[in-house]
Amino acid sequence: MKPAPFDYVRCDSLEEAAEVIAQHGDAVRVLAGGQSLMPMLNMRLSRPSVLADIMQAGDARQITADKATLRIGAGVRQTALSAYPDLCKINPLLARALPWVGHTQTRARGTVCGSVAHADPSAEIPLTLAALDGTVILRRGGKRRRVTASDFFLGMMLTDKADDEIIEAVEFPILSEGTGVGFCEVGRRKGDFAIVACAALVSPDRVRLAVGGVNDTPVIRDWDAFDPAEESDALNALAWSLDAREDLHASARYRRDLVRSLGAKALQEARTCAA
Amino acid sequence: MRRLNADQRHKIGMTLNGRPVEGYAVPRLLLSDFLRHELAATGTHVGCEHGVCGACTVRIDGMMARSCLTLAVQVDGAVIDTVEGLAPDAERLSVLQSAFRKHHALQCGFCTAGILMSLDTLLRDTPDADEHQIRDVLSGHLCRCTGYHTILNAAIEAAATLKKDIQDA
Repeated sequence: MKPAPFDYVRCDSLEEAAEVIAQHGDAVRVLAGGQSLMPMLNMRLSRPSVLADIMQAGDARQITADKATLRIGAGVRQTALSAYPDLCKINPLLARALPWVGHTQTRARGTVCGSVAHADPSAEIPLTLAALDGTVILRRGGKRRRVTASDFFLGMMLTDKADDEIIEAVEFPILSEGTGVGFCEVGRRKGDFAIVACAALVSPDRVRLAVGGVNDTPVIRDWDAFDPAEESDALNALAWSLDAREDLHASARYRRDLVRSLGAKALQEARTCAA
Repeated sequence: MRRLNADQRHKIGMTLNGRPVEGYAVPRLLLSDFLRHELAATGTHVGCEHGVCGACTVRIDGMMARSCLTLAVQVDGAVIDTVEGLAPDAERLSVLQSAFRKHHALQCGFCTAGILMSLDTLLRDTPDADEHQIRDVLSGHLCRCTGYHTILNAAIEAAATLKKDIQDA
């Protein structure tokens, strides 16, 4: 379990990383915190000939918040985001989801954008980005394009990012006042990837549930008017509409059951939080 | 921009347990292997090599981290702490290590180096850590001998001792 050989490039800016990618194309992988990429390299599921390390790039480490968005640069570690002042006010859903992302030991190095780039179907950060209609900012050379989360996640570990692009940042919209949030998940061990994870948003005119771990990408379901008396029917319909499959970790039936129970729990948490 | 060629060994310097050290690494060399094979610091153990088991946990610039998910070239110039640096001197165990011994918090000992590094970091950063926080940090480790209860008991006692030491001081 050792990586195959590669050249290592320590980039001092994202611009340099973009240059390296432009030069080598799909032979390059961007190394940030390494908590998703390094296992892939160790298991030789990924064999790049060049690694572009962006963790020394000063322009990648910024977290900026204005009235509309929270922007997180490519080099921001998950721990750094957790420690961002007032995160639970600026983005309460992200604040609730982050403690579920890996372990203290992996959050210390893993980045927010790295988790988005890896696009594991069970990962919490992609789920949160999708639940909040976030945006991924991709860069090719000096050119940038913005992709919404729903267009970005295409399949299991498959995204709209081209081989010659780098994620420069992700943006989470700031929720309107009066929106309640809830997040819960079940995994084999706290910190492992979720078997099922649910994120809920409840506002006076909209109810949203985002489900991770069941389909290849996060699934979003919106209801305009949500009659609490019909909640269990709605969650049951949602559970059966998903592409729940059986694998080593759980049966399809257990996954559907988790969608029903975790969905109800997340919605309840969101309603309590909104009130 | 600094480019390191795949098939050449490059000089890597770091502060290991308070002492400056140097060694050579090809870019693909993991920090865990650099510590063990290049620096002969074999206290850090290698388990799963994909970040799940926690046996290889060390401290990088003050934060607990998996040394198997880190390249030696990434931490050139960093401050690394490993289990070899925990005991205050050759004749004495640290408070946490003593508690592990007293509570039989290890059996085969393979996972212990990593667990000690995580718990030592927790208790250093959060001297009043409660059981919930200890359990949370411990969740990043696998132990196949103890069933964790003895580890938890040792960590809780160490936390209480350290807290008392701070209050008495």
